[in-house]
Amino acid sequence: MRADLELIADLVPPNSRLLDLGCGDGELLAHLKESKEVKGYGLDVDPNNIEKCLLKGVNVIEHDLDRGLASFSSDSFQIVVMTETLQSVKEPDQLLSEMLRIGEECIVSFPNFGNWRCRLQLGRGGMPVSKHLPNNWFDTPNIHLCTCADFERLCNDLKIVILEKKYVNSEHEQNALIQIAPNLLSAYAFYRLGRIQDV
Amino acid sequence: MIKKENSVGLVVEQVYQENKPFILKSGDELPGFKLVYETYGKLNTEKSNAVLICHALSGHHHAAGAHSEDDKKPGWWDSCIGPNKPIDTNKFFVVSLNNLGGCHGSTGPIDINPETGEPYGSKFPAVSVEDWVSSQVMLTDHLGIKKYAAVIGGSLGGMQALQWAIDYPNRLSNAIVIAAAPKLSAQNIAFNEIARHAIESDPEFHSGNYISSKTKPTQGLMIARMIGHVTYLSDDGMGTKFGRELQNHIEGEESEFQIQSYLHHQGEVFSQNFDANTYILMTKALDYFDPSEKFDNDLTKTLAPALCNFLVISFTSDWRFPVDRSREIVKALVAANKNVSAAEIESTHGHDSFLLPIARYFNTLSAFMNRTFQELNES
Repeated sequence: MRADLELIADLVPPNSRLLDLGCGDGELLAHLKESKEVKGYGLDVDPNNIEKCLLKGVNVIEHDLDRGLASFSSDSFQIVVMTETLQSVKEPDQLLSEMLRIGEECIVSFPNFGNWRCRLQLGRGGMPVSKHLPNNWFDTPNIHLCTCADFERLCNDLKIVILEKKYVNSEHEQNALIQIAPNLLSAYAFYRLGRIQDV
Repeated sequence: MIKKENSVGLVVEQVYQENKPFILKSGDELPGFKLVYETYGKLNTEKSNAVLICHALSGHHHAAGAHSEDDKKPGWWDSCIGPNKPIDTNKFFVVSLNNLGGCHGSTGPIDINPETGEPYGSKFPAVSVEDWVSSQVMLTDHLGIKKYAAVIGGSLGGMQALQWAIDYPNRLSNAIVIAAAPKLSAQNIAFNEIARHAIESDPEFHSGNYISSKTKPTQGLMIARMIGHVTYLSDDGMGTKFGRELQNHIEGEESEFQIQSYLHHQGEVFSQNFDANTYILMTKALDYFDPSEKFDNDLTKTLAPALCNFLVISFTSDWRFPVDRSREIVKALVAANKNVSAAEIESTHGHDSFLLPIARYFNTLSAFMNRTFQELNES
């Protein structure tokens, strides 16, 4: 399985009811169904992904995240997951709040725009293009890139509690060095989030 | 002549005769009934690869293949059912029937009422979607099939698939609900009422006893079909197909738009091949379909008994049963913790899309059916 999905799978408790926003080809859902008996539903907009999910026997619902999550009732899932999708939605702040309305907890990962490579390229005067952010500024789906520090500030503003976080390199590996200055050194960040009243 | 390639080929109608009295949801009783059906593909030894096709308002049992070498048209869903097609007859045994109250061979208003010796006509009892499903279960028992790999239907057929999942949860592994709704809207009912009124106000209708009067409310049925047809297409689709083009315009004669002659043609063909009382009966079954009525109008509660996996498909330009109606079904299924997948297929062909070989639609169906077949072999 993809290394980033492995990191997320570790954060999911067995037998939970889970919603995966931007589920792609359904790899995470198929893995969780098999290994942890998770009852999962994926949302995606790409017809090819929907077919791949159907072939895997994974529940997939065609749904554009920019339409919001009003069709899902409050507290209807234990976990709501969003892997590397936050940066490409229209209203990430509202989506985050919605995720914690319908789920008790959520797991979010995104590419860290504060990574030193990005800073270096910006310092040279150009928008960063790298392994973890491969698009040019004009063709990128990533319209809301942020740094780990930005994200943590937003969580604070939205009264979202960070229950667990993992900072990793571009190979999705955790090492001691990254933890010294994660906002500068991590390529991706993973967060498990909860509501403030639950703590 | 019909293309043989990927076709189920020549098919023969079969008849299931039930001689025991059948009590309908309305409380009325039929002294017995017959259902005509066709099958395509081979039933495996475990009898686990059967698929049921439920037809829509004006459909019937002849879904695939041809009845004779000189048939001009194949069955109504021939594009979807056959070898290597989405409902692959190399893998599945397909059962397709004409519903009770129909006019293509199953017991319906054109049949003789044994009590009076006259055709039933408008005296044929009201039939509901639940009645269709319970009579389909009797046919299924007759065929020795304990559990369908899938029950599949579009429009009114999709409603039957939903009803199967609710009423007979142990008898299907998958339900494919296409271009359907959990119940009709006031606008849907309004269109059906205009259609019925057109038929009933035709002087040849004779309160539904036109067969005894040796006539047919052809004009009324034609108008009914024309109205229906408009609701099955979309504004865009009609615009692309017909635009404002004129038909066979001859200098000095009154001109006619292509859409006019198309509608007239559709109406005429239909009025010659369909029974007016059946049309009234089927539209009423549609109007009164509301499985949530018994469950405090709560669709989640209604679907709670279901055990099968669901695939819900809708089409973007369908305004008869729009995408939102399918979303209602999906929302309730998710809330009820059922396995459900849903696709919203881009199409300009309106409600009729469910009958068309749209590439993405068929890929979606194929993927789901291939998975179904795989699971069949694993179990």
